[in-house]
Amino acid sequence: MNLEYYKDLVLVLTQKEIKVRYKNTFLGYLWSITHPLFYTIISLLAFKVIMRIQIENYTLFLIAGLFPWQWVTNSIGAAPFMFISNASLIKKTAFPREVVILADVLNNMIHFLLSVPVIVVFVFYYGQQPSWVWLYGIPLLCVIQFFLICGLSMTLASLNLFFRDLERINNLLITALFYGTPIFYTIDLIDKKKYATLIFIVNNFNPFTPLVVSWQNLFMKGSVDMMLVLKALGPALLIFAIGYYIYRGLRWRFAEVL
Amino acid sequence: MSEPVIVFDKVSKYYPMYHHITGGIKQFIFHLPSAIKSFRSTRFQALQELSFSIQPGERLGIIGRNGSGKSTTLGLLARVLKPSSGRITLRGRVSPFLELGMGFHAELTGRENILLNGIILGMTRKEVRKRMDAIIEFAEIGEFIEQPIRMYSSGMLARLGFSVVAHLNPEILLIDEILAVGDAVFQKKCQDKMLSFRQKNVTIVFVSHAMSDVRTLCNRVILLDRGKPLITGAPDAVIKAYEGLPA
Repeated sequence: MNLEYYKDLVLVLTQKEIKVRYKNTFLGYLWSITHPLFYTIISLLAFKVIMRIQIENYTLFLIAGLFPWQWVTNSIGAAPFMFISNASLIKKTAFPREVVILADVLNNMIHFLLSVPVIVVFVFYYGQQPSWVWLYGIPLLCVIQFFLICGLSMTLASLNLFFRDLERINNLLITALFYGTPIFYTIDLIDKKKYATLIFIVNNFNPFTPLVVSWQNLFMKGSVDMMLVLKALGPALLIFAIGYYIYRGLRWRFAEVL
Repeated sequence: MSEPVIVFDKVSKYYPMYHHITGGIKQFIFHLPSAIKSFRSTRFQALQELSFSIQPGERLGIIGRNGSGKSTTLGLLARVLKPSSGRITLRGRVSPFLELGMGFHAELTGRENILLNGIILGMTRKEVRKRMDAIIEFAEIGEFIEQPIRMYSSGMLARLGFSVVAHLNPEILLIDEILAVGDAVFQKKCQDKMLSFRQKNVTIVFVSHAMSDVRTLCNRVILLDRGKPLITGAPDAVIKAYEGLPA
């Protein structure tokens, strides 16, 4: 595979997604941050006002988790349809199919990066300062999240061609992931004696936990805990490898089932 | 005689019967043993030991009834499918199936869509940019080129699509329909472009049910029947055999 062509393909497809998304320039941008902001408000009402959760700076805490999470929801939510919606391309051209996924995940990553200024506004509003650590912390966590989401997306997009009910299960999976990741709560709020197994699962079997906690640390304290980052990186690379393996094994069958 | 550009060496293609699993995970898991068994034992044979070779500049037609393996052959040539057994050798840049406006997006301008379409059809950005002006001129879109293509008439869309395809510069061209779009004048332009491919010694593989098109375009024809080649030869003779096939 010609490297220049591959690079161009990823670039042009990503550009296309972004152009389409922000075609109505400012309104397009507003829409794109509406979603995580809306979730923040709903969570504030549900967990702060009604459930009276005790977390310092709760609004900022929610924003620090929900904004990166929006990228997860967008990409994973669309993943099962990635190959199906490009059926005619897959049946007729030999272009490397994984590019569709790369372009989508990149697009959502850029989309997230564009929402960082909104996070900055909230950071200032709550009397804090963005930290220099962000300059390497954001790219670092983005790369990890990119690998993790790509791996999951490749798996979901490939398998959904063969098991079409996967797209239904996928919505349940996203909901479960949201509640199973400490986004609107912290793990130390869970009763350690009563729910030790639950804590163990959230801590060790959810690859998004170390990632989201890292985002929260970064945006709230301006700190990067390298142990936690490594704990996020390992599973991300493993899941990427598994996803790529599944995709590679099945890709020659795509045109047969579509 | 020069080296052939396309060689099919005893190429066979089977399809598993996917309906056993596309019923969904639930179906698959609840009927696991029988699903696996039937998945392994039933398969559809689309091609059976097909062998042929094509010299550079040849224009091969593939004809046959529905289900005879024409599309499978084209899919194998486009490297969209992999043969179950046998070997395919391709020398040269193969165009994808020519479908007009592949990947076009309604919200993007004509210019943006040319880039998108060109990339999907296998050009690099540099190659598209080099041909951009020629493509726009050939398509006769005028100042609409900076407008989103949802504003285009269907004729304009077809002209834009054809224009990109016409500037591809492939060595092996796969066609599953004759491309002539737009009004009479533009159709003439399309035909001239197709003929110029012929003059440039581009190898063409053409799959069709339209015998008159096969006659004009091809200089050799293969008749497929249930995945096997029946006869190969000059267009007239093979077409006659095709028309004489028992119903």
